Amino acid sequence: MTTLKPSTKLLKPARSVGITGYGVYIPRYRLPAQEIARVWAGGKAALPIKEKAVPGLDEDVITMSIEAARNALARADIHAHQLRAIWVGSESHPYAVKPTSTVVAEAIGAVPNTQAGDWEFACKAGTEAIVASMGFVGSSMADYAMAIGSDTAQGRPGDALEYTAAAGGAAFIIGPAENALATINASYSYVTDTPDFWRRENQKYPEHGSRFTGEPAYFKHTTSAGSTMMEALGVTAKDYQWAIFHQPNAKFPQRAAKMLGFTPEQIEPGLLAPVIGNPYSASAIIGLSAVLDIAKPDDRILLVSFGSGAGSDAFDITVTKEITNRQDKALKVQDYIDRRTEIDYATYARMRGKITMK
Amino acid sequence: MEIPRHWRLKQQRYRLVGEVCQHCESKIFPPRDICPECGGEADTLYTFSGNGEVYSYTTVHEGPAGYDDSTPYTVALVKLDEGPTVTAQLTDVDEDSLQIGMPVEMVTRKLKNDGDERGMIVYGYKFRPRMAVA
Ligand SMILES: [Zn+2]
Repeated sequence: MTTLKPSTKLLKPARSVGITGYGVYIPRYRLPAQEIARVWAGGKAALPIKEKAVPGLDEDVITMSIEAARNALARADIHAHQLRAIWVGSESHPYAVKPTSTVVAEAIGAVPNTQAGDWEFACKAGTEAIVASMGFVGSSMADYAMAIGSDTAQGRPGDALEYTAAAGGAAFIIGPAENALATINASYSYVTDTPDFWRRENQKYPEHGSRFTGEPAYFKHTTSAGSTMMEALGVTAKDYQWAIFHQPNAKFPQRAAKMLGFTPEQIEPGLLAPVIGNPYSASAIIGLSAVLDIAKPDDRILLVSFGSGAGSDAFDITVTKEITNRQDKALKVQDYIDRRTEIDYATYARMRGKITMK
Repeated sequence: MEIPRHWRLKQQRYRLVGEVCQHCESKIFPPRDICPECGGEADTLYTFSGNGEVYSYTTVHEGPAGYDDSTPYTVALVKLDEGPTVTAQLTDVDEDSLQIGMPVEMVTRKLKNDGDERGMIVYGYKFRPRMAVA
């Protein structure tokens, strides 16, 4: 095994890049965890979150990505034709074969002079696309690229995952640092083959290697990615105003943050799992969006995603003075959280296709 | 199967692309190449803002083929801010909060499966209660 010097582990583009615009989408329906416990556990279960966001009958990864992308464009204040890539990360693409990204590109008016592609890596497919966008823009191949993470996650009825598997999307426009509301100073990815979670072809619900989900998967990858990047940059948790970690539940990100030296106050604005659940590829980056919604110029932000299988992408982000001009140009995360319609398990079962008619 | 038709209509369906008349500046939706106001030729594309208000509505309890698994749903005549009136489903709305004049905005949603669950998914405009940008 070759040992890399800390600084050479970083992923840093030749040209400085940043976030030009961002936008989210969260569906309006909420299923309380207590309601799942009522149906499957006699009302008695340790609840990992308060409630999760559930998509309506006419929503999927394509529709959620479109709205998030429109919000990101409104904030970026660029024309869709300037986007040279539309990349959508998800583990719930509506089609097995036919890209999500082409429909999104058409709906926002970015066709036809653009790259398009769908990405997969469990819950970190969206940040994979952000890293690729950094390379695309950072190499000067393109000025703007859009990376989206969006999921309508499903858990087997009664399974632990059902309490948290949620829906939502977030879109990020990556562009040159000069026109950014936040610069991305560096990123770092940490990946190993770890069998913590998977879904085979044609299977509706995923499987998880229960004892693998915590220590060797989530905690090992998020803390390694975060600590390696911070070491290479010569910074510690104290140098950041905010930190966001992938949120499979409320507890994991709180513990990962503590392991890396972050305080509860630093992760509070981006910790949304308690009220929206885990929208997989969108989880960490909706958290980042919520932080950007309230961030001030010069705030420094640590973002660490996690995808089962397994890997984490870490990002070192600094907010610029442009942020104040763009925060109010589109709906904020809190606007979507406040748009809340509670449903019961039967309604949820119908909406999520859990009732078979034939 | 109506794949060619769905493909041809995608711009107007996904993002309300209509036309503007170069003679009298009327905004036209759906696009029809002839201005309904002045009869002039109109083939300049125009993307509508998506904002409008409910002009009238009705709730459908027994939908036609392709729409039958989403009943009940509400169909409305929506008067767009730019002038034209379109017929579309309302979404993310509670029946008891519906009223004439309610401000709505366009969203792109799943309309139906073309045929059964093996067919292509048809996406297009619907309207929901407007979520104001602060
Ligand atoms: Zn005319």
